[in-house]
Amino acid sequence: MALSQTRSLSQTTSKSGSFLSRSQERWGYFFLSPWIIGFLVFTLIPILGTLYFSLTNYSPVTPDETKFLGFGNYKTMLTDAKVAKSLVVTIKYAALSIPVSFIVGLGLAVLVNAKNLAGKNFFRTMFYMPAMIPVVAGALVWAGVMNTQTGWMNQMLETAGVQGPDWLNDPGWIYAALVFIGLWGLGNLMLTLLAGMQGVPTELYEAATIDGANGWQKFMKITLPMISPVIFYNMTLMLIGAFKYFDLAYVLKNGTGGPADSTLFYNLNLYKNAFTYNLMGYGSALAWVLFLIVLALTLVLFRTANMWVYYGGEGRN
Amino acid sequence: MMTAPLLNSRQRDLVNKILVTGIATFVLLTFIAPLGYMFTTAIKSTKQMGDSGAPWYWPFSIKSVEYQGKALEIYQVPLPEGMRELAILKKTNAQTTFLDPQNLEAEPIVWEGNWRKLDPVYVSDAQWQNFKQAWDDLNFPLLFRNSVLLAGVGTFGDVLSAILVSYGFARFNFRGKNVLFMILIATIILPVQATLIPTYLVFAKIGWTNTLLPLIVPHFFANGYNVFLLRQYFMQIPRELDEAAMIDGANPLQVLFQVIIPQSIPAITAVSLFHFFFAWNDFFTPLVYLASSPELWPLSVGLQKFNALYGRLPNLIQTGALITLVLPVTIFFFAQRIFMQGIVFTGVEK
Repeated sequence: MALSQTRSLSQTTSKSGSFLSRSQERWGYFFLSPWIIGFLVFTLIPILGTLYFSLTNYSPVTPDETKFLGFGNYKTMLTDAKVAKSLVVTIKYAALSIPVSFIVGLGLAVLVNAKNLAGKNFFRTMFYMPAMIPVVAGALVWAGVMNTQTGWMNQMLETAGVQGPDWLNDPGWIYAALVFIGLWGLGNLMLTLLAGMQGVPTELYEAATIDGANGWQKFMKITLPMISPVIFYNMTLMLIGAFKYFDLAYVLKNGTGGPADSTLFYNLNLYKNAFTYNLMGYGSALAWVLFLIVLALTLVLFRTANMWVYYGGEGRN
Repeated sequence: MMTAPLLNSRQRDLVNKILVTGIATFVLLTFIAPLGYMFTTAIKSTKQMGDSGAPWYWPFSIKSVEYQGKALEIYQVPLPEGMRELAILKKTNAQTTFLDPQNLEAEPIVWEGNWRKLDPVYVSDAQWQNFKQAWDDLNFPLLFRNSVLLAGVGTFGDVLSAILVSYGFARFNFRGKNVLFMILIATIILPVQATLIPTYLVFAKIGWTNTLLPLIVPHFFANGYNVFLLRQYFMQIPRELDEAAMIDGANPLQVLFQVIIPQSIPAITAVSLFHFFFAWNDFFTPLVYLASSPELWPLSVGLQKFNALYGRLPNLIQTGALITLVLPVTIFFFAQRIFMQGIVFTGVEK
């Protein structure tokens, strides 16, 4: 048992006898019990349940006709045009929103970290604030701003002599609209990047100054590489976020997935199959595939964890 | 001949400061401009929204004057003696008859020209009664009560259970601890959809759908995110404090309540706030579980349904959005330090 004892064990307890370690163990499990029970009841068993349902054609409307399909649902997915469309939508959104969010987030972090900025805390708070606005309210505010008749966005473009697009009803512009709306949630990204920047040892900049580097060179050659773990961590989270994307697409288009299925995100398609069409067997197959995708992305995150765990320990201030 | 530098270094710093702060102010105003739109639209009438001639930044109506039971609109009319503000009595494309709003009984003034070419006189005319209407139409007090109940009880359950579990991870040793911790961290990223359908079916079977129970009970079993945060904090508390209490005869539960919790109030506050807002903003789970019980909807779902219903009244939708975001944003401003430190803590340390 001593073998399984972890490094965080303090000196005093590791010296004590088997009675104490057994009581340690009992107390440990006692305190963990809420989570262990919750994990079994609300996570592990349901995940296995999802796997089981995914092998059937279960529908709550016709439970008596439930049949075991084997991998039938998974085969259907391969030829289901909606699934293909939903994957395209999800990946297209991720490909567009991740770089834009990242560049804007980094820009904001640089701005609120600027030596010459007066009222730094005020600006940090204000740039973070929209992230606290409930998603539904935020979506409706943006839908108003992007209204072709009464919204400020197109009125502004008109003063500049440009005919604004129909942001929310044009399949070509809806992604731009979603990316814009997504910018309001950048607070977390900005703050983590900011903390990363503040953790870069100042000696590096001093040395670079002596070598005659300018501000841009210092940013590209010191700041960016030093905060790359934070960047990578956030990008992975954003990619996972695209596969969890639901609320905004649902609120903006009332769950239709329109225009022309251009907001039919993977999760929205799953929701419609399971809860609108009551195809819970098929929905479970979609959910299980989603689980595998997110698991794969998470493993990438974990496999590279030593990069940013090391950084987190060293760069704190 | 002296060639003194244009600015000394102190002045240069000042110029830089003004420049950078100016840029930041501009970016910030652009960033939060939609909130300005929301506010002015929230207090406009449908008619004001349709008037493209009016200034955009505030609700304005065309000034009018009461004459023989009718409201006459006032326009700026270029007369030989200069610009005058006159009320339109009769309009045709060729000529318009005006009255002097100051002296309605005086002889009408006839102006040759199309009245459509004239500029109306605008007066500020905010529709504060929109708040009352949105409040009633949304059934705000009910939605608000549901949100407070869901988020409040959920937060209580989650923080309480997270404290117990974090204490277990932070202070005790047992077989499989590291593996369990890895699993716990992995659950943070797990999409709800992975467990949703069987959970939904079980809740439906035991009659819990269309009650608040599926949205509250699971919160009493701790979630990975909160446990992760609290465990980090608990581990920083010196063990000597625990040991001193144990020498005085305290058992681990007493140590938790007498030593660990009093030492961790900032972290517990942060976790409570995070969880409260997470539950407050949750849209997907109530949408699934409360689909046919409008009387149980929280604000998130209620506002979305309101939008679906009142799509033709964009001003009231902004009013609804405004009254929905006031509370979270206000709390954020009061507790911003706790929030922002907590985010940095999880984002960088994890």
